[in-house]
Amino acid sequence: MTLTSPPPAETAPPPTAAAKIFNYPRNAWYVAAWDHEVTGKRPLARTIAGVPLALWRNSEGRAVALADACWHRLAPLSKGKILGDELQCPYHGLRYNATGRCTGMPAQETINPSAVVPSYPVVERYRYVWVWVGDPDLADPTTVPDMYQMDDPAWAGDGETIHADCNYQLVLDNLMDLTHEEFVHSSSIGQEELSEAEFDVTHEGNTVTVTRWMRDITPPPFWLKNMRDKFPGFEGKVDRWQIITFEAPSTIRIDVGVAKAGTGAPEGDRSQGVNGYVMNTITPETDRTCHYFWAFMRNYCLNSQTITTQLRQGVRGVFGEDEDMLRAQQRAIEANPEHEFYSLNIDAGGMWVRQILERMLAAEGRPSSAPALGQGV
Amino acid sequence: MVVQAQTRWQRARVVELADVADGVRRIVVEPEYPEHAAPGTHIDVETGNGTRRVRSYSVVRSEGRGRRLTLSVQLSPTSRGGSAAMHRLRVGDELTVTGPLQSFPLAVGATRYVLVAGGIGVTALVAMASALRRRGADYELVLVGRSRAVMAYLDDLVAEHGDRVRVHVDDEGTSLAVDDLVAGIAQAPASAATELYMCGPIGLMDAIARSWDEHDLPTTNLRFETFGSSGRHPAEEFLVRLPQLDREITVAPDTSILDALEAAGVDTLSECRKGECGLCLAKVVGATGTIDHRDVFLSESQKEHSNSLCLCVSRAVAAGSGPNQHAVISLHLT
Ligand code: FES
Ligand code: FES
Ligand SMILES: [Fe+2]
Repeated sequence: MTLTSPPPAETAPPPTAAAKIFNYPRNAWYVAAWDHEVTGKRPLARTIAGVPLALWRNSEGRAVALADACWHRLAPLSKGKILGDELQCPYHGLRYNATGRCTGMPAQETINPSAVVPSYPVVERYRYVWVWVGDPDLADPTTVPDMYQMDDPAWAGDGETIHADCNYQLVLDNLMDLTHEEFVHSSSIGQEELSEAEFDVTHEGNTVTVTRWMRDITPPPFWLKNMRDKFPGFEGKVDRWQIITFEAPSTIRIDVGVAKAGTGAPEGDRSQGVNGYVMNTITPETDRTCHYFWAFMRNYCLNSQTITTQLRQGVRGVFGEDEDMLRAQQRAIEANPEHEFYSLNIDAGGMWVRQILERMLAAEGRPSSAPALGQGV
Repeated sequence: MVVQAQTRWQRARVVELADVADGVRRIVVEPEYPEHAAPGTHIDVETGNGTRRVRSYSVVRSEGRGRRLTLSVQLSPTSRGGSAAMHRLRVGDELTVTGPLQSFPLAVGATRYVLVAGGIGVTALVAMASALRRRGADYELVLVGRSRAVMAYLDDLVAEHGDRVRVHVDDEGTSLAVDDLVAGIAQAPASAATELYMCGPIGLMDAIARSWDEHDLPTTNLRFETFGSSGRHPAEEFLVRLPQLDREITVAPDTSILDALEAAGVDTLSECRKGECGLCLAKVVGATGTIDHRDVFLSESQKEHSNSLCLCVSRAVAAGSGPNQHAVISLHLT
């Protein structure tokens, strides 16, 4: 730097700099829990998009999401008791119905009409409980992202939840570009051809699709095993595909599979192959943590619990590697606040995702960057 | 869901006018500081040149995050200020208004919703019905009126909500049978999780409330706008005696016991100041005249016994009619 040059005007990042701690839209459906986690026995405490919730079921079996703070003195309702259609505060016993209205107060004959805690819209779909913490009047249940493989009889499988110590958008980036498999998952699904193969990116409305075909390659261990489940003793080359579809704000389904090389899979005949869907939906918890719900669904050997279990364990191992990388990445981001993100050609899918999220945030009048640590909203 | 109590006065420009039923005019305004108006909100409008007369009008529709607010005003035949002034407005005129105020929030999570609108009361429910439709909720909209010609938004609502709308018109012989409506709710499967929102003439609302009680439906599920309860008797001056402190304090018609005690330097407890929380409760040790409780903290039977009252809203009126005969209540403060 020379003393004669004018000082840089403001130190704002260049206009192309990508937000590193990405804000999350509030006007959106997010998965709060697997259906079995929400019960009529005891409430579940979970923070969704920055809002602490007490999740429970009433006597009709309907899932309810109330703010996890009593109207009276803000004690957490998630530590309370479910009494039929009411949730009772653990501290002084105020009771609330599914709309969050207080229905019982101790030591008085009437109920203060102002005693209400927020109740949030809930939809149960695809084995998940979805909640909407934004403006309830925009909570259209038909806009729940499509995850139909989760409860379609033609598909079998299950999954788990990862509590990821990173901003949710880092997980989206991770899933929108699978070239990282070669480096992060070299022992299971990674292979050189991944970063060599061409890919296509398309986007439309609230969705982005990244398609990659690898023809006539040697199947990596994970896929060789799957082929042999369906075609015992299989040997030889395969055509492999990965078709990643994002649906806003944070659901990514990946159509993955391999078929015997040259049997017409790229043209649409997948009968000589095995097909799975990696189902991912990522729910921001805070600016720097998220709930990452995943499942692996397959459309072959539907009745085998052995295969369901093996696939779940296999994917758990793979995603464990991602989890470590994402945590380390988040730490490095925090430790290097002056450094920016730069993009590569492989980031096209992830960058379209950002654009869609930025549009949603703009519609809510919010910036794409979350406030820095220690700064309030 | 949170009931807002704060807002600021601002200018709003009239940008559109239309008659939507006999005697009902739709008025679209653009406020200076737009703020989204959720279903159930109203704005206060200053009417009558510079006099601080305020009328509350429900927001029928909020567009562009509150940049355009639609109100609807029924011309009252006896109006001297309010509605007549509103009907004299021209496009381009300016009004002094508040931002959206919420006193009738629409809850999330009821299994079923029934909205009952009587006459011009429909204005409070139009936005709620749209919100319920967007949310995919199970709801029914009951529209009650004297004749179709005076029922604002009737055609729009039928077009938007189809067979979720039930129309009852007196001069067509299809008046609403309140008890049938409430009995129907009580007998339906989700009766305890059904909320009824009502807005309309006091007679209609009273009839629904009575029937609601008779059918043992949960009181908290009956929702209506409380613009502040007005009491059974007009406010008049009265005296409060405090034997504990050996003091006597006058309460003017436009002030409350609580305000008068505070002004006199008496220590009191209070929070809501609108008769809900019961924190300001005082024991009544004696009274001449009648206590007009005006609170929702005490139950009906507690009010009958009048052993206590809420300092923030309760008043007293003289029993007889003699001039200068003020009611006197003796209170024991906690
Ligand atoms: S904090 Fe819940 S009842 Fe007091
Ligand atoms: S201050 Fe709440 S009832 Fe009087
Ligand atoms: Fe990965």
